[in-house]
Amino acid sequence: MPQSLVTTAYIAAGVLFILSLGGLSKQETARRGNTLGIVGMLIALVATAAGGQVSGDGYAILAAAIGLGAIIGAVLAARVGMTSMPELVAILHSFVGAAAVLVGFASYLDPNSQLSGVDALIHDVEVYLGVFIGAITFTGSIIAFGKLRGMIGSKPLMIPGRHFINLGMLVGCVGLGVPFLTASHQGGVMPLLIMAAIACVLGIHLVMAIGGADMPVVVSMLNSYSGWAASAAGFMLSNDLLIITGALVGSSGAILSYIMCRAMNRSFISVILGGFGADEGVAPAKRSDEPQGEVVSVTAQETAALLADAKSVVVVPGYGMAVAHAQYPLWEVAMLLRERGTTVRFAIHPVAGRLPGHMNVLLAEAKVPYDIVLEMDDINEDFPHTDCVLVIGANDIVNPSALDDPSSPIYGMPVLEVWKAKTTVVMKRGMASGYAGIENPLFFHENTKMLFGDAKKMVDAILTELRGGGGKAEAA
Amino acid sequence: MKIAIPKEVRPGERRVAATPETAQRLQKLGFEVVVQSGAGEGASFTDEQYTAAGCSVEPDVAALWAGADIVLKVQPPDELPSSDPYRGTGKSHEVELLREGVVLVSFLWPAKNEELVERLRQKKVTAIAMDQVPRITRAQKMDALSSMANIAGYRSVIEAASFFGRFFTGQMTAAGKVPPAKVMVIGAGVAGLAAVGAARSLGAIVRAFDTRPAVREQVQSMGAEFLEVEIEEDGTGEGGYAKVMSPEFIKAEMELFARQARDVDIIITTALVPGRPAPTLLTRQTVELMRPGSVIVDLAAESGGNCELTRPGEVTTHNGVTLIGYVDLPSRLAPTASQLYGSNLYHLLADMGGAKTWHIDLEDEVVRGSIVVNAGELLWPPPKKEAPPEPAIKLKAPSVMPPPAEIEKAARAAKKPGRGASLGLLLGAVALTLLGAVAPAGFLAHLTVFVLACFIGWQVVWNVTPALHTPLMSVTNAISGIIIIGGMLQVSGPPSSPVTILGAIAVLIATINIAGGFLVTQRMLRMFQR
Repeated sequence: MPQSLVTTAYIAAGVLFILSLGGLSKQETARRGNTLGIVGMLIALVATAAGGQVSGDGYAILAAAIGLGAIIGAVLAARVGMTSMPELVAILHSFVGAAAVLVGFASYLDPNSQLSGVDALIHDVEVYLGVFIGAITFTGSIIAFGKLRGMIGSKPLMIPGRHFINLGMLVGCVGLGVPFLTASHQGGVMPLLIMAAIACVLGIHLVMAIGGADMPVVVSMLNSYSGWAASAAGFMLSNDLLIITGALVGSSGAILSYIMCRAMNRSFISVILGGFGADEGVAPAKRSDEPQGEVVSVTAQETAALLADAKSVVVVPGYGMAVAHAQYPLWEVAMLLRERGTTVRFAIHPVAGRLPGHMNVLLAEAKVPYDIVLEMDDINEDFPHTDCVLVIGANDIVNPSALDDPSSPIYGMPVLEVWKAKTTVVMKRGMASGYAGIENPLFFHENTKMLFGDAKKMVDAILTELRGGGGKAEAA
Repeated sequence: MKIAIPKEVRPGERRVAATPETAQRLQKLGFEVVVQSGAGEGASFTDEQYTAAGCSVEPDVAALWAGADIVLKVQPPDELPSSDPYRGTGKSHEVELLREGVVLVSFLWPAKNEELVERLRQKKVTAIAMDQVPRITRAQKMDALSSMANIAGYRSVIEAASFFGRFFTGQMTAAGKVPPAKVMVIGAGVAGLAAVGAARSLGAIVRAFDTRPAVREQVQSMGAEFLEVEIEEDGTGEGGYAKVMSPEFIKAEMELFARQARDVDIIITTALVPGRPAPTLLTRQTVELMRPGSVIVDLAAESGGNCELTRPGEVTTHNGVTLIGYVDLPSRLAPTASQLYGSNLYHLLADMGGAKTWHIDLEDEVVRGSIVVNAGELLWPPPKKEAPPEPAIKLKAPSVMPPPAEIEKAARAAKKPGRGASLGLLLGAVALTLLGAVAPAGFLAHLTVFVLACFIGWQVVWNVTPALHTPLMSVTNAISGIIIIGGMLQVSGPPSSPVTILGAIAVLIATINIAGGFLVTQRMLRMFQR
């Protein structure tokens, strides 16, 4: 295949990727978008393979590597539960990071390189940057995976002076660039390796310092990094398709992070620098004036009665629902209520769960129609007219102190204003605070009732009660 | 200046034009307040309380009226009863007691009481009608009609409750379940909204109907359901009142009422169109649709009634449905009604300058609107104002002013990008210039592609609905597996060279990424369904 044909194939692939992302903006076109992405990827792979730069044993190696990779990928994709989707996405990001590091090293060590002068210098800078970003993405994603998986504690790791440690590592990486760039041809492997090691530690440390509640931002940020890493690889290999695709992914990840941050009213910097930034001293001090009042707890039976009497019900799911896999019985409860003429809707906070849009995926898995799943801005004004709100395993996203308590660490974050409804039932395992580690005055609110217990068991109990209660009502 | 507060003479009227509290405030304006002995009896205010508030109590009716500069009353001047304190006056009507030049402030209803207005004119008095205070924002504090409507609305629910045989609120008791009462309020003016509020706070399920779509929010803010007919027609008339609707609309409206009548337990009607008899909304047939034990309270009874079976001032039953046609609902809550009415009077007098700077300013919109006779000159009806005044409905939803913190935040947000953007532009320009000076053309071509691709990504992703963020992320994740190309280009060296090995591993893991990412996205998207 002549080079010009490869280039046109790359153009086609680039366009298909753009259309693919565009298609994902709406439910109706999302599946086609995914298909376009697959087609684009196939075109790119075939064109590259046939482009004349692969030869001899290369094909065998390629076939083996691609075949094995495809099988592993397919198995992963088929096995993963929707609840653990965030982990899968995180670990896949780490692969991209690792690949970028490897490509960087390979490109640097490429014996066929004939660059010299400014071109060589630029190439070296590109390699250096690519390896740096790739390494951070690699370890950062692994830590994110561990945190999401629960293998690593989700509490932010707060090493004193961590900002200085980060800064020091960054300066170290930049500093190592000097010996690397001034080294003779391919003599800079050592500085490159050391820098990659430092970047790995930096990636670990950065993500370790970020709390579980901020994981949606972290995952989308790593998504963005993996894109930039691919883009850097494109520069070093003079490959426009890599540049385009990397830039697409990079900017889309950046926007997602931005959207997440805006949803939490936090600055991007304070999120990626870890924990609750400057507020960390405030949170413990707040304990002295924690919300006082009585917590009213109810049973599943009473909750069922409340739901049965309500004319409009809004369900607010959080990570707790995902953990307990309560989405299936929950939808059955919703269906029962809908059959009786109750309006049932689901309200999704932008940062509910551990991945942007996580709750939507889980509800979709349980076959909840997406037109009764509403976003925060659409549902907030309806709470005053809602009879009963069922909060399942969510905490910080329904915390009223975000609106009325300037001393709260989450002050200013838009939240679902569930306390405006007539009754709110909060389903929770215990009185523990959420990921943000702050008290929630909602639990002490006069309209709030607490239903303690495992979300799945409780929803099952409500379901049983509603079925039984329904039968009785018909009999009477 | 001396203000006289006579005892109301109309039978059944329990209100009084000043309570000890408002009398005290009137004195602070510089007025001297004289109260007829026993004037506050009906509203549970004793002569001693008035004395304690600094008023003088006058047992002699003739002396009271003769010594006054201003007479404050609730009801229009009326026939004097023949009981003791009045026999000494030798007069048969309150108008006869008025001295020339006196200012009389009370409800007057000049449109209905032409004869009375004429007598007042002949008496050369100045008469101000509290019922004619224009409904403008500034005059809300003097708006006695709203004060009284509010009370009437509240009281209508209390009256309904006393004739209704069930709880308003639904209850689960050990002895079984009690369903909540359903209340329909027709006309969501001040009285209607007050009724909605009172019925809601007793625990009933409340629905409200009004021809003016603008009140929907007010109704909903009070916690009631807003009923609507299918036909679109705006019933908003002048001054916040309703206007007469088209025949089609009325037909649809009647059908709605008939439907609701089968379902609800209590109907409270408050529909009035100014200057006309009240519209008939509940026909005999509609009433007969209601369950026995139901209650109808007709707040429009005095102007003919919204229900054709209403008998003004009486409680009747028809087919087991109780029809309450009381016309004195505010008077049934006499202490509060007196307090609010007294307050309205106080504000009017304060607005007219108090005792020290007292004057009748015909340029003043409120005075011009409410004055009926000025020193023997008939000034009613007032000339029409051109611009229709804003509806002056008080029971409004909470104010929409954002808290100061938010304004500040918005201001900061508005300021920030300005400076940051210009700084960014400057830095960008410097960087591009430097780059252009040293970088080779090949690199710049790639850079062009890179920058443009960033912007395309930016544009494309902004529109993604949040529900699809997870699939988007997994698809971008799969696409970022394009880094496989980097590996593919490097596997063709000697199989054992580090470059080939590194390249092969890169291809392997990037493929996992591509396959895993696309397949899982497909799996997810298949689940999304309407």
